Amino acid sequence: MGKTIAQKILARTSGVSDVTPGRIVDAFPDLVMSHTATWRSVGVMKQLGATKLYDPSRIAVVLDHVSPAKTEKYAGDQRISREFAREHGVEKFYDVDAGIAHLVLMEEGHVRPGDLIVGTDSHCTIYGALGALGCGIGYTEVTSVWLTGKLWMKVPETYEITVNGELSRGVYAKDLMLTLIGQLGAGGCTYKSVEFDGELISRLSVSERMTIANLSMEMGVKCVFTPVDDKAEAYLSSRLAEVPEPVTADPDAEYAKTIEVDAASVVPTVSCPSEVDHTAPIDRVKGTRFDQAFLGSCANAKYEDLVIAARILKGRRVHPSVRLIVTPGSRHDVLRAMKAGVLETIVESGGMVTNPGCGACAGDGGMLADGEVSLSTANRNFLGRMGSRKSEIYLCSPATLAASAVQGAIADPRELVEDDA
Amino acid sequence: MKSEIRGRVAKFGDNVNSDVIIPGRYLIYVDPEPLSEHAFEMLGDEYPDKLRGFDILVAGENFGCGSAREQAVTAIQGLGIHAVVASSFARAFYRNAINRGLPIAECPELVAQVEEGDEITVDLSTGQIHLGDRVFQFPELPETVQRILEAGGLVPYLRDLAGE
Repeated sequence: MGKTIAQKILARTSGVSDVTPGRIVDAFPDLVMSHTATWRSVGVMKQLGATKLYDPSRIAVVLDHVSPAKTEKYAGDQRISREFAREHGVEKFYDVDAGIAHLVLMEEGHVRPGDLIVGTDSHCTIYGALGALGCGIGYTEVTSVWLTGKLWMKVPETYEITVNGELSRGVYAKDLMLTLIGQLGAGGCTYKSVEFDGELISRLSVSERMTIANLSMEMGVKCVFTPVDDKAEAYLSSRLAEVPEPVTADPDAEYAKTIEVDAASVVPTVSCPSEVDHTAPIDRVKGTRFDQAFLGSCANAKYEDLVIAARILKGRRVHPSVRLIVTPGSRHDVLRAMKAGVLETIVESGGMVTNPGCGACAGDGGMLADGEVSLSTANRNFLGRMGSRKSEIYLCSPATLAASAVQGAIADPRELVEDDA
Repeated sequence: MKSEIRGRVAKFGDNVNSDVIIPGRYLIYVDPEPLSEHAFEMLGDEYPDKLRGFDILVAGENFGCGSAREQAVTAIQGLGIHAVVASSFARAFYRNAINRGLPIAECPELVAQVEEGDEITVDLSTGQIHLGDRVFQFPELPETVQRILEAGGLVPYLRDLAGE
């Protein structure tokens, strides 16, 4: 029987050839990432009295969730993380100016096809957009990997999701994923590896594939992959000295389930409060009022996402009842958007631009008061995530967000996108 | 670690996410006490105190979904909860529970029949849950995982390894 991508990566990193689903292997990750949580892992290391790391070159630290520090406590925690990186020669260290860990690591060429990457964040699944197996772990386990180089991993079953057809104008990878999450449910792919393929995926940009791999977490996946084709290789070759041979599934690999999706049937879709799988097609939520529009997060604040929003905002004004907060994903995104005039368009339209990072998605600014509503391009709308337990969050694509910010209520972006045609 | 955990059940539904278990703003803490003061507070003013009178959480599918935050487990431990039984767990919560020495069991059959306030006994050595005279079997944890849990979590487990 052939092997899936997850099976092959776990076989290589564990040295075990029999990687039947369900088997537990000791795998040696190529990279272990920790973000704001790093100080906690340092604390565990101290608790253990350990001083020697397995391999500092396999460690990455990015200070993203609260950047820059907003309280003395955060400042102290960040200092612990900085000192750790310096003392132990962690070269893949990125400070509070860099942006969201996932985007930074991909942009800086630390994510390679076939890699096994674990980190203190559930959205490590995003690395699958470049063919790497990424999954989230807790901070104690990060310490364990720092010290021993390895962790136990269960070989997952794999689902194949084939997306054929074209997305209509004004419809994006975010809408596709919210639609899928709505259909499969928040636990629809729990413990599973998911391999995306099909005509649509190969037509999508790397940025859109990142959105797919990121949002896949919200259906419970362990890890996810989109194909490493010419587009992915072009992205990688400008960042890596050498692009490794991508890992592909064998033609006779066993899939526990095969799901087919027709992209043409996908419409702009919104997740309603307060679960990601509470989705609705745009027609059912059009006209819903909101107070804050947040364009940010590792799901949808990449350069391309900012461009999509700016195209709609160009020459229009953000509705006076709405505050539009734009938090670019990374400093690279800020620079590109700045040079291309994208940030200028956003600010001219009445939006505000913050420093790169997780921002309001992680409760770092942009908090909501009782009864307030936020529309957001992030990946989670859980109860109270952006403030009061009596506040609400709706999730959508950058296009839906921009169109809605202009109208002051949830709007169908296809109406404004058509205007521009 | 005790192999038998007995106590009253607090019951939850499907997809209880880790933001609800402990909101992100409290991740500045790592210890059970301060975390437990805010556990489940998003669900209403009666929380978390309401849960302190219970011993075992029972939930539906995908318990602990969302963020990989380890403090979701620590906060539950701080409430005095000694085990979680669910129809299924999100994988990061599952790992974190083992790594912090919180016993967990996947047992959809029990979940379907137990009510809040019921007394159950979770027997880790036999893989059985007793509810009155009814007995439910749950799958054994893999051996590697069992060893971490028996040591009381990943920190004592690593200490034991270093001492060997």
